[in-house]
Amino acid sequence: MFENIQLLAENPVGLLNLIFDGIMIGAVFALIAYGMALVWGVMNIINLTQGEYVIFGGFIAFYTAGQWTFRIDAIGLSLTWPGVHALWALLLAPAVLYVIGWVVYRLVIFRIVDRDMFTSILATFGISILLQQFMNSVFTADDVIAPHNMGTWSAWRTDMGELAIERVRVVALAFALVVGGFLAFYLKYTRDGQSIRAVAQNARAARLMGIDANRVYARTYALNAALCGVAGVLVSMTLTIHAFTGLIYTVRAFMIVIIAGLGNVTGVIVAGLGLGAAEKVAEFVIGTSYQVAFVTGLLLVVLLYRSVRLAMQRKYLA
Amino acid sequence: MTGTSPMAGDGSSRRFFILCLAIGAVSIVAPFVFPAIVKQLSIFWVMVIVAYTWDTMGGQLGYNSFGNIVFFGAGLYVSAIIQIAPFTNMRAYTAAGEQGSALALSMGQYLGGLAPGLIAAALVGFALAIVFGFVILGLRGHYFAIGTLALGIFIAQIFANWEYVGAGSGIIMPDLPGRGRASDQDKSLLFYFLCFALAAATIVFLRWLYATRFGLAINAIRDDEDKAEAMGIATTLYKVVAWSVSGFFLGVCGALYGNIVRFVDPEETAFDGPGLGVWMVLMAVLGGKGSLWGPLIGAVLFHATKELLWTYLLGFQNIALGLLVIIIVVFFPEGIMGWIHSRWPQLFGERVEISAQSAAAR
Amino acid sequence: MTPLLAVEGVSKSFGGVVANRAVSVAVDEGEIVGLIGPNGSGKTTLFNTIVGYHPVDAGSITFAGKEITRLRVPRIARLGLLRTFQQTRIYPKMTCMENMGASVPNRGVRLAAMLSRHPPEVAEKSEALLEFVGLFSKRFLRAGDLSFGQQKLLEFAMALMNEPRMLLLDEPTAGINPTLINGLIDRLQRANADLGITLFVIEHNMRVIMNLATRIYCLAHGELLAEGPPEAIQSDPRVVDAYLGAS
Repeated sequence: MFENIQLLAENPVGLLNLIFDGIMIGAVFALIAYGMALVWGVMNIINLTQGEYVIFGGFIAFYTAGQWTFRIDAIGLSLTWPGVHALWALLLAPAVLYVIGWVVYRLVIFRIVDRDMFTSILATFGISILLQQFMNSVFTADDVIAPHNMGTWSAWRTDMGELAIERVRVVALAFALVVGGFLAFYLKYTRDGQSIRAVAQNARAARLMGIDANRVYARTYALNAALCGVAGVLVSMTLTIHAFTGLIYTVRAFMIVIIAGLGNVTGVIVAGLGLGAAEKVAEFVIGTSYQVAFVTGLLLVVLLYRSVRLAMQRKYLA
Repeated sequence: MTGTSPMAGDGSSRRFFILCLAIGAVSIVAPFVFPAIVKQLSIFWVMVIVAYTWDTMGGQLGYNSFGNIVFFGAGLYVSAIIQIAPFTNMRAYTAAGEQGSALALSMGQYLGGLAPGLIAAALVGFALAIVFGFVILGLRGHYFAIGTLALGIFIAQIFANWEYVGAGSGIIMPDLPGRGRASDQDKSLLFYFLCFALAAATIVFLRWLYATRFGLAINAIRDDEDKAEAMGIATTLYKVVAWSVSGFFLGVCGALYGNIVRFVDPEETAFDGPGLGVWMVLMAVLGGKGSLWGPLIGAVLFHATKELLWTYLLGFQNIALGLLVIIIVVFFPEGIMGWIHSRWPQLFGERVEISAQSAAAR
Repeated sequence: MTPLLAVEGVSKSFGGVVANRAVSVAVDEGEIVGLIGPNGSGKTTLFNTIVGYHPVDAGSITFAGKEITRLRVPRIARLGLLRTFQQTRIYPKMTCMENMGASVPNRGVRLAAMLSRHPPEVAEKSEALLEFVGLFSKRFLRAGDLSFGQQKLLEFAMALMNEPRMLLLDEPTAGINPTLINGLIDRLQRANADLGITLFVIEHNMRVIMNLATRIYCLAHGELLAEGPPEAIQSDPRVVDAYLGAS
């Protein structure tokens, strides 16, 4: 581990590479976190299914980009999908995930909106188990990554090394920004978006104004799922995923929301980018196999830091 | 609950004793009547223990922990190390991974490793709970829940990367020695009775604990922690003690589990999708959080359901179990004992009692 | 005689809002002292600060000669300074008897002592106190199933169970059926006279506090406005102004 730190110290361009890479994937983390904050703020539900929606989106990207044949030999049916560029999934994934999110809301979530956090945590965890197993059986149990063939840019050549940025990561960052911007616009200027914010602030008053809180909740939850779908497409083009890698994305999102605080959009962005960069550097220093340990360990540190700070004011995280 | 409350009459002590006798008799006879499923029965008692120890935190103290599994995992590994390391080169043994064969020990070596292994597992579970407790029990509500979830994942990752204990490949546990004379059946029986004894000890101990002043204090913390503090209760200390009690029993439980399945798998130590980490929560919720018999009922129902699903729905059992989580949490959050309690509160001693005499005569 | 509770120059702000500014009050042992003031004048904040619920921005608080400004809530409670809550807090899932059992004083009690059942005297005392507040027949019911007024009485009984030297009561008659208020006042007076508990009472009900207290402090806008016996306070123009909102 210490040799790796030394390597970084000797090679600042390498460090910059890692940070840039991290920031770009961090933008996607911020997107996922924003969705989680939305559901948390509007319905007071911590959605532990978040990561699974992301992975689902990733799988959609994988199958969009892959060539496969669907056949029913009994009737001689054979359909071939030629495979298009994974980025097309950016249209498909949010649509599919929106429907899934909406269905999950109508079947399960609406029953637990008024209940305590423990119920929502456990219930959404149950849904995540369902989704994981579904993806594992119906999709594939392998590690997959959506191919993109976008190559790298060589941004800056120096004697000490070059800043090589994978184009796909820049694309991911761009899309994350676009989607984020669109979301901000949607929430601020459209009727639907404003109803969501109204319900988040005061559900009862919103109801008195004629806003159907239940529909707003459904739309918010579905919107969150769609957001995760987009993030999933972007993720699957840069990182490998498999059916059981969802939980770590949920943990990341939760950590970002905790650091930023509910309702702090800038905070979510900064924390997301920061987390991405921190993870990339940590991955280099302590190795990929400790990545999950790093993220969860970091969450514990963040929680404890917050808790100690509040305890000094005789308060607690609640 | 009557009998467990220090403030109610005590006629149900006898009821408890009789129930225990009945369950005890059935449990002692069961492995001989159903020899084919002794291993499953042992695991049933493991489930009972993890359900009770979870309920101590979630049901009695009101701290829903998703990280209790770390104590189970710690016990699992500590015992494995103590049972194997003194008798062979641990690194080489675990490096062989799944291709290796189980370590062959003499009876003396095996028992000589098992006994200290179990004791160490208990102590490590106890100590870890104290260490983690002072740090994490400052978090409340869902922050505690997610914090312990992170802990559950973190510790499991540490085990899964630790070369000395086989990292991701796990450890093949040594077999109880003796083929022929001591048959497989006897080996299973030994661990069945060990598990049963531990489960019985856990239940009896917890029943006693909940009936003390300490039990009242942790219930007070559950119901209103700020109020408890305002009444002078040393909440931090009692929370840590409660968790360390859980850790103690979970540690031994983990150690026994490793010997029953004869394999130490780092996957078992994580809170990660369908696994023991979430089943313990589910069983306690199903049976009824905070009740004395709830975890047992929950364990019986859940274990039976799980075994049935394994037999009839193999391949889809985890989907079914995921559905079960949702159904229980959404439709039966108060659990069976909770439902009984709200329907017939008199059974639990809740009644309007005008005369003092009938209370004294109880 | 040094006062049992001495609050000197205590200030507390939340963000930009000053809730208490340089407030000084004192309560002698055995007294019943009132604390009045319009809504938002900082009365509950003062109580919260005294018992350690908030850290103090400035000033000092002494109880029974001991400096308690920096101490935490459980420590202060174990010294014998208890408070009741405006919203009434009890342990809802436990029976009344269990609520009382959980309120047995913990002064100097070590962990080992907690690992034993309560002796029968505890149950007897619980029943006596529940009888005192009129909840004897309901003692085996879940506290959460009681009416609001009954919960208030239970909270009072729990406080008495804890054998405090001083009790800070936050609006003890709020939400109580007017016909039952006299009974509550009577019990407060008996707790003070027979059990020797010093009372410091926040009240909005002027009739209650003027009859109950021997001395009254009036807060307004976070500052101490006036102090004196009930007759003086009642006719003090500044107090009248504060309540009518002229200031």
